[in-house]
Amino acid sequence: MVNKPEWVYSDKVKDHFVNPRNVLDDEEEYRPDGKGIAGNIKCGDEMIMVIKVDKARGIIADCRWKTYGCASAIASTSILSEAVKGKTLDAAYHITAKDIAKELGGLPEHKVHCSVLGHKALRAAIDDYYKRNGMTDKAGKEK
Amino acid sequence: MKRKVYLDHNATTPLHPEVKKAMAEAMEAFGNPSSMHGFGRQARRLIDDARDKISSFIGGRPEDIVFVGSGSEANNTVLNLLYCTARRCEAPHTKRHRVITSQIEHPCILEAAGCLEARGIEVIYLPVDKYGKIDMAKYEEVMSEKTALVSVMMANNEIGTIQDIKKIGSIAHKYGALFHTDAVQAVGKIPVDVGDLGVDYLSLSAHKIYGPKGVGALYVSPGAPFCPFIRGGHQERGRRAGTENTTGIAGFGKAIEMRAKEMDIESRKLLSLKARLRAGIEKNIKDIEFNGHASDCLPGTLNVSFDAAEGEAILLYLDLEGIAVSTGSACSSGSLDPSHVLMATGASAELAHGSIRISMGRDNTEEEIDYTVEKLAFVIDKIRNMSTVAVKEDHGK
Repeated sequence: MVNKPEWVYSDKVKDHFVNPRNVLDDEEEYRPDGKGIAGNIKCGDEMIMVIKVDKARGIIADCRWKTYGCASAIASTSILSEAVKGKTLDAAYHITAKDIAKELGGLPEHKVHCSVLGHKALRAAIDDYYKRNGMTDKAGKEK
Repeated sequence: MKRKVYLDHNATTPLHPEVKKAMAEAMEAFGNPSSMHGFGRQARRLIDDARDKISSFIGGRPEDIVFVGSGSEANNTVLNLLYCTARRCEAPHTKRHRVITSQIEHPCILEAAGCLEARGIEVIYLPVDKYGKIDMAKYEEVMSEKTALVSVMMANNEIGTIQDIKKIGSIAHKYGALFHTDAVQAVGKIPVDVGDLGVDYLSLSAHKIYGPKGVGALYVSPGAPFCPFIRGGHQERGRRAGTENTTGIAGFGKAIEMRAKEMDIESRKLLSLKARLRAGIEKNIKDIEFNGHASDCLPGTLNVSFDAAEGEAILLYLDLEGIAVSTGSACSSGSLDPSHVLMATGASAELAHGSIRISMGRDNTEEEIDYTVEKLAFVIDKIRNMSTVAVKEDHGK
């Protein structure tokens, strides 16, 4: 049993839980190009993701978030916000819950289902961006 | 060294130093308590001694106490002692096909009751009011000569609410039903007297009161029907088979002996710590709600919900500060449903997800409570800054 984590989740989850990156402070001030919401409070997890897009290159220039939820919900949104910066909209759109869980060094199976919702919020944000920019042909294509 | 503050005594407690000593001594008595030789008799004496201590603390005769492996086993024993499938079983209560319990019982009662339902027994789960008190009108309404058994917990593990067990029991008896109370959270924290309460069965556990894990007991009143849950030996007067856990039982006896000495003083101390904690939270954190009953509550238990913050996150941030609490959030349970107890009190799912239980014990100090309030305020602030749920604006502070 080498490097058995002493905490309930992996060291990476702990790191992002303790020091969450890219938390959205003030939405009005941030003026996102796209915004998405996933989950709901009743189920215990809800996420908002907002993005800024480098329109010329079609890549995500910046990403911020807010999360109501448990440690893995917070950590998974945080790590996703780091991972998507610089990615093309298309590549970001295809990130899955499994990808996020893998990036976090693994999560218990039931946690992947209930708390990893960042990719859904991100897709909603990208769809929102498409809609705002008249690119409706692209929006919602991967539902 | 990092500071450690243990505030999860309803989950389990550390061993009392006297219990540790008693257990270390009892480990020498390795003989089988059923053996007739000196080694066996030495172990037997320890068990008898523990039995005497427990019966003198909760009332009843020593022979009414059955040692079992846990509070959960005691509870399962009671729910399974009726409705034996053996044809020769003629216990009068088996002719009655209704069991009454409550919506806020420990899962071991609820799941055992679910098994009874699967066997065709009608189980009624009594609702509770917003403070967690049994709906007595509903209880009297469903109570009749059809009821075989009523099982209602004395004090709730999550919110600490204490039921009027004496009254609930007397109504059960008026209709000839048997009455059981799960007093695992009550014995050793508040006065419990089986004679005064008028119970037929009462479950208790050692590890909630500074005794060891893996030992519980069931009080069975004289003349109450009984059917063993674990068979295969004459131990415990044929009521619970299996070679006795001498070390654990001796520890249980010592824990009870220490409760007899310390419960009253500790209870006053815990009430004062709780008042301090409650005032500290109210003063430093906005948008909160206390759950449970204000006065009919275990002295060391405080359950509180925070708007816009999720319980597992609160628990784990506090853990990083060395503070141990528990939560009614779904996340901690591995299911998607938040605390069934808080939901039964009519709390919203959000309130239940955002709840934490702080349960204090004999070693906690005022300084620890102040430290906890300080860290809790910091943690709630941190979580709310990340939350999708906006907390109500300063409402004219």
